[in-house]
Amino acid sequence: MTASVVIPPAVGLILGGLILPMLQVRLRWLAVLVLPLATLLLVWQVPDGVSVKASFLGYELALVKGDALSRLFATVFAVMAFAGGLFALNQDRVVELAAAFCYAGSAIGVVFAGDLLTVFIFWELMAIASTLVVWSAGPQARGAGLRYAAIHLLGGVLLMAGVAGEIAANGPAGFSKMALDTLPRWLMLAGFLLNAGAPPLSAWLPDAYPESSWSGMVFLSAFTTKTAVYVLLRGFPGAEPLIYVGLFMVFYGIVYAILENDMRRILAYSIVNQVGFMVTGIGIGTEMALNGAAAHAFTHIIYKALLLMSAGSVLYMTGKRKCTDLGGLFRTMPLTTVCGIVGALSISSFPLTSGFVSKSMISEAAGMQHLASVWYLLAAASAGVFLHAGIKFPWFVFFQRDSGLRPDDPPWNMRAAMIFFAVLCIGIGVLPGPLYALLPYKVDFVPYTASHVVFYLQLLLFSGLAFFLMLGWLKRTLTITLDIDWFYRWLGPMLARHLDRVVTGVWNGCVSMAKRGARGVPEGIQQYLGPEGILARSWPTGTMAFWMTVMLAAYLVLSYLR
Amino acid sequence: MSAVWPHLPILQVIIPLFGALLAGFARRSGAAFAITLVVSWLMPLCAGAMLWQVLASGPISYHLGSWPPPWGIEYRVDVLNAFVLMLVSTIGAVIMPFARRSVAFEIEEGQRAWFYCMYLLCLTGLLGVTITGDAFNAFVFLEISSLSTYVLIALGRDRRALLAAFQYLIMGTIGATLYVAGVGLLYLVTGSLNMVDIAARLGPAWADNSRAIIAALAFVTVGVSLKLALFPLHAWLPNAYAYAPSWATAFLSATATKVAIYLLVRFLFSIFGVAIDFRALPVAAIVVALSLAAMFVASLIAVFQSNLSRMLAYSSVAQIGYITLGIGFVNLAGLTGGLVHIVNHALMKAALFLAVGAIFFRVRTVRLSELAGIGRKMPITMAAFTVAGFGLVGTPGTSGFISKWYLALGALEKGWWVVVFLIVASSLIALVYVGRVLELAWLREPSDAIKDANDPPLSMLLPLVLLAAATIYFGLDTEWTAGIASMAAKDLLGGLR
Repeated sequence: MTASVVIPPAVGLILGGLILPMLQVRLRWLAVLVLPLATLLLVWQVPDGVSVKASFLGYELALVKGDALSRLFATVFAVMAFAGGLFALNQDRVVELAAAFCYAGSAIGVVFAGDLLTVFIFWELMAIASTLVVWSAGPQARGAGLRYAAIHLLGGVLLMAGVAGEIAANGPAGFSKMALDTLPRWLMLAGFLLNAGAPPLSAWLPDAYPESSWSGMVFLSAFTTKTAVYVLLRGFPGAEPLIYVGLFMVFYGIVYAILENDMRRILAYSIVNQVGFMVTGIGIGTEMALNGAAAHAFTHIIYKALLLMSAGSVLYMTGKRKCTDLGGLFRTMPLTTVCGIVGALSISSFPLTSGFVSKSMISEAAGMQHLASVWYLLAAASAGVFLHAGIKFPWFVFFQRDSGLRPDDPPWNMRAAMIFFAVLCIGIGVLPGPLYALLPYKVDFVPYTASHVVFYLQLLLFSGLAFFLMLGWLKRTLTITLDIDWFYRWLGPMLARHLDRVVTGVWNGCVSMAKRGARGVPEGIQQYLGPEGILARSWPTGTMAFWMTVMLAAYLVLSYLR
Repeated sequence: MSAVWPHLPILQVIIPLFGALLAGFARRSGAAFAITLVVSWLMPLCAGAMLWQVLASGPISYHLGSWPPPWGIEYRVDVLNAFVLMLVSTIGAVIMPFARRSVAFEIEEGQRAWFYCMYLLCLTGLLGVTITGDAFNAFVFLEISSLSTYVLIALGRDRRALLAAFQYLIMGTIGATLYVAGVGLLYLVTGSLNMVDIAARLGPAWADNSRAIIAALAFVTVGVSLKLALFPLHAWLPNAYAYAPSWATAFLSATATKVAIYLLVRFLFSIFGVAIDFRALPVAAIVVALSLAAMFVASLIAVFQSNLSRMLAYSSVAQIGYITLGIGFVNLAGLTGGLVHIVNHALMKAALFLAVGAIFFRVRTVRLSELAGIGRKMPITMAAFTVAGFGLVGTPGTSGFISKWYLALGALEKGWWVVVFLIVASSLIALVYVGRVLELAWLREPSDAIKDANDPPLSMLLPLVLLAAATIYFGLDTEWTAGIASMAAKDLLGGLR
């Protein structure tokens, strides 16, 4: 094999995704299983440095540029596409699988992109494909899909403005570490962070993901946030604001996940929480912290997908997703329960699972940089993760009281996908060597020292104890937790309704004003822009002529006044 | 062949003119269509040969009747108008096969031959405006194209078309009057009608006649602005596009406003810009402000439309705003972006309106409420619509992104960060109105109104798919669009004082 011919790894999955809907069932199954493996092979054919170029808009684009970091992310994306495809084989909506493959392909495109313009192009493709994944869940996901698309294209706007500014200033010079000293770079950072689920717009993630189908969320959990982690690792390692943003995300995820009742929303919040760990690691910026963030992204994709597969299996078999409706499923879904527990232990960084070998690197890096407060906060957060994802998810879904549901374990392919990822979780936890060998920097970190293990076991035991002591308070009631997305979803009508109930006397005036305001906006829109609005209806000829005169007068007057 | 070669400029105009006569005399629709098809397919050959010649050896000057300019009429072809000629004739050629069934469906047999005759006259006018180097000759061709356009619109499928045509007639006439008044002022000052000659004489005349020249600039700009539907002079456009025959809408939206934009660029950059420093005048600033208003107001109106044709018509007003915005920047990236968007928008709007025509052909309605689930019934049509729709939004990989990119660079070059944001943010509104249709078409269950629909026959499908494919192709390979546009922009800016 000569290195002269490099096929961009993204191409296989994207093209494959596009032709997937046209294939017969058998052929489709074959394609779904073979394409990701072929992509994995292609990923490992990519040599270091720029290997595929294209000229576009007068620039020389580096479509494929390989190095250790790119290969690490591309590897886990390809593995994820394989397991996700296996899990989703019996999804009737072919569009979802097709979109998911384009989505995975675009994500791989981003991680191999050698310059900012290429990043942006694949970034937008990813946004479109992932919106389709959300949408293909059916009519109930329509609104969530629209909001998801709007937020991501807003991110695209920020990113495009940033990339255009950067290229206008410095030319299309690669994609490497940037100092945060110009407006375009801040814009790019904002665009990246939006995809990572950072504040103040974290809410798009738990808003949209849980509305996707039982298989869709497995894909969604892997790519968007992790490509964001990748671009931050590549572009802004060691940018201090990221430490604070990351810590905020960590605790935001924990608090909302503890309050949440819907099992898939719990897991969605925990994505924000876990990405927060990675973002913090990137903000710390030492080689160990960056290694830790990269490794954590790798392991997180696997165990979060595993958790969502077990949640997806429950949803697939029972059609229910609220903790209050579930419980006692371990009797008839033993395999799903075991796999769910493996995932839950991994996300809680239990020793001998994959989460332990990656997350402890980030904490250790914080300790080595003498960032004491960061270290303590991360330790406290680890306990919180165990609380909300490690125990809460399996306990309320599989144990707790008996809900009377007696579903079987899911079909073979879903079981196989779960077993595959569960084995990976344990395998990486027991033998971290191969993973460490893939990391961008040399690893001289030993996860299994007595002090690490004892520390984590203590942490986990005590938070486990706390969980069962406080079980009464944590019992899920049928509630909806409010988040920032509430503001853009329900503001107008809810404002009016809520204020009505709460307020008497003096407040009545304000209420009616708020109501009028809330109604005024749509009325104003109707008045000016609606189908029969002033600007939209057919103007009389005289009005048109009037504007013509105004324009002419404006030109003349302004020209003479100059 | 060599005998034809030097006469290409006049052939470009005279062939469709005689074609129009033949189509009118033919009376039978089949024969008229055949003539029109042959003429339409000859045009890109002619324009392509000239474009090649211009790129290889510089501008062509053709003296009508061998009268040398400035006394005789000169046809002058440089990169800019060869580019626009190529666009107009290619659009005509590509979408012509669509016309036969669509026209047969929407227009009575007795009027079909006249429809083709009027189309060819309109084509004559548009090509003539583009090719001529004479300001008054441009007026004559502008009127030829306008008068035939009024007839094309009035042939529309219901009686609202008559009112739309009448309004456009009144407004178009006012616009043309202002234009000719402006040309008259220029003639008064310079004593010449040849564009190159005017430009040369205007500079020396500036000292004594600055007021008259400013007035001429204002008259011409406003007159042409109406023709190109710059906000707020756009009001004739939505009804005209919504009620004209579907095929005519596709043709006009892709070409008529674009030729008017060409004329504006020609006057601003090749005539006034050469003679006086028009950057010191507020013309460009007004154009930028109105363009931004168009991008937002018209896009927002489009969001609330219930009729697919009207929605796309308002979207056209917004997209024209992008083009004039780039022109208003008066810098290389901005002007390139504006010029390249002339082509990109023409291709995608033609595709979108052809898709609307195909939908009307199958289900006799273009009301959005009745089109739920149309994507499942007419998958190829709506796939093409989807691609072109993404083009409107400016998604990377489509030609719309190329335009947006150059415009953003143009704004950056000026240091206008806010405008960069407005450019990309307004494309989010485009996403809303395009997304609304896509959601309706693909994600809903088919409604009763469209349950028997299916994709139209190949003669209609092929032009549609070709244009959608072009939207993608020119999003990846920009040599023929942005490459030539930036050459033209360089020429124009190089000539500025």
